Amino acid sequence: MRYIRPSSIEDAVGLLAEAAGKAAVLAGGSDLLVRMKGGFIEPELIIDIKAIDALRHITESEDGFVIGAAVPCAVVGENAALRRAWPGVVEGANLIGSKQVQGRCTIVGNLCNASPAADSVPALVAAGAKALIRGPAGSRTIAVEMVAVGPGRTSLAPGEIIEAILLDKRPPRSGDAYQRFTPRTEMDIAVVSAAVNLTLDDRGVVQSARVALGAAAPTVLVVEEAAEILTGSRVEDKTLDRLAAACSGACRPIDDKRGTVEFRRKVAGVLAKRVALAAYQRAGQK
Amino acid sequence: MMAGIAVSTNINGDNAEFLCHADETLLDVLRDRLGLMGVKEGCGTGDCGACSIILDDRLVCSCLVLGAEAEGRRIETVEGMAQGDQLHPLQQKFLEHAALQCGICTPGFLIAAKDLLAKNPDPTEEEIRFGLAGNLCRCTGYDKIVRAVQDAAGVMRGA
Repeated sequence: MRYIRPSSIEDAVGLLAEAAGKAAVLAGGSDLLVRMKGGFIEPELIIDIKAIDALRHITESEDGFVIGAAVPCAVVGENAALRRAWPGVVEGANLIGSKQVQGRCTIVGNLCNASPAADSVPALVAAGAKALIRGPAGSRTIAVEMVAVGPGRTSLAPGEIIEAILLDKRPPRSGDAYQRFTPRTEMDIAVVSAAVNLTLDDRGVVQSARVALGAAAPTVLVVEEAAEILTGSRVEDKTLDRLAAACSGACRPIDDKRGTVEFRRKVAGVLAKRVALAAYQRAGQK
Repeated sequence: MMAGIAVSTNINGDNAEFLCHADETLLDVLRDRLGLMGVKEGCGTGDCGACSIILDDRLVCSCLVLGAEAEGRRIETVEGMAQGDQLHPLQQKFLEHAALQCGICTPGFLIAAKDLLAKNPDPTEEEIRFGLAGNLCRCTGYDKIVRAVQDAAGVMRGA
């Protein structure tokens, strides 16, 4: 096995394309090194992208935020402007693993690991975040929900790297939130999770919304019916009940040791209510 | 022939150089090549925190870092905490509170607590418990560790 630390994204893409599937991209390593240790993968080449300066920063512009692929989630959590604009995205990213893991793990890694239970992904999907992809054929940008195509599988073509996550600038009176259910309070994997992102008009009525569920289907689920229920409402009790029913109905979860289908369906609805209220309150404060 | 990667780094304030394989973790380098046995291997998958180190001011599990990644960086391990015969306040308080039994998790807890107090000199009990949630101890039940960290925090603040 070889280890290379390229200093440009072009070099990284070139190395990855050349290796024809036998290379692995290393950012935080909190998934990759565990898989290597377990013998699940044996890459011939490790491409460490942390020396590529452009990937190591969070930048804010008139268009919004660009979060580089090598930015650890701890740094995401320390960015006050990002926390103000996208608190739900930040709370999702900061739920991944322990303090030790936070110092290494990245949201792009969480996305590319393609776990249905990935904590940072539902809030990114609800936020309408995009993935900026660089490959041998150039750059392309896709919606975050188009990255994972099934557990552990992505739509990335050979040689492609996600170089950053793009988040739009926030209109006034916008809020987002993410919550998950775990049997323990910390260091656990979501049994089911929900994210809501919404924008209010100047009378406090929901003007637009996006609702996403995690660990409720093979990939993160966008529940359009739930977004329609929220739109035009003031997130009253009866709206929340309809929202919960829509989310429970949209779930296609698995039965496993961490939760039954019935339990996941029920909790998806409960969490959707809670995050819708949290997002609504946050939006009302801006 | 060993196809080694030459790495220059800084460990506990001293420059250090080593050769390692591409797939060798920093944990294995620290223990097997540099003799820093305070870094313990528990799970090897980033779940237990026994191998915790501070890498450029970030708490990380050294089992989830490659040795080659240490190039040009600063590493802190438990071996750098005491100043000669003078124990670090955390070490002293762990002894006084009997915050260890078998001791395997202790270096990781000490480093994690050092990182926690550097960022939050006066943590609440809840903040200590959350801050140390990445370190597992199967002996103490954690209460003594939490009290030792609270006590050490007071000493370090000069309280």
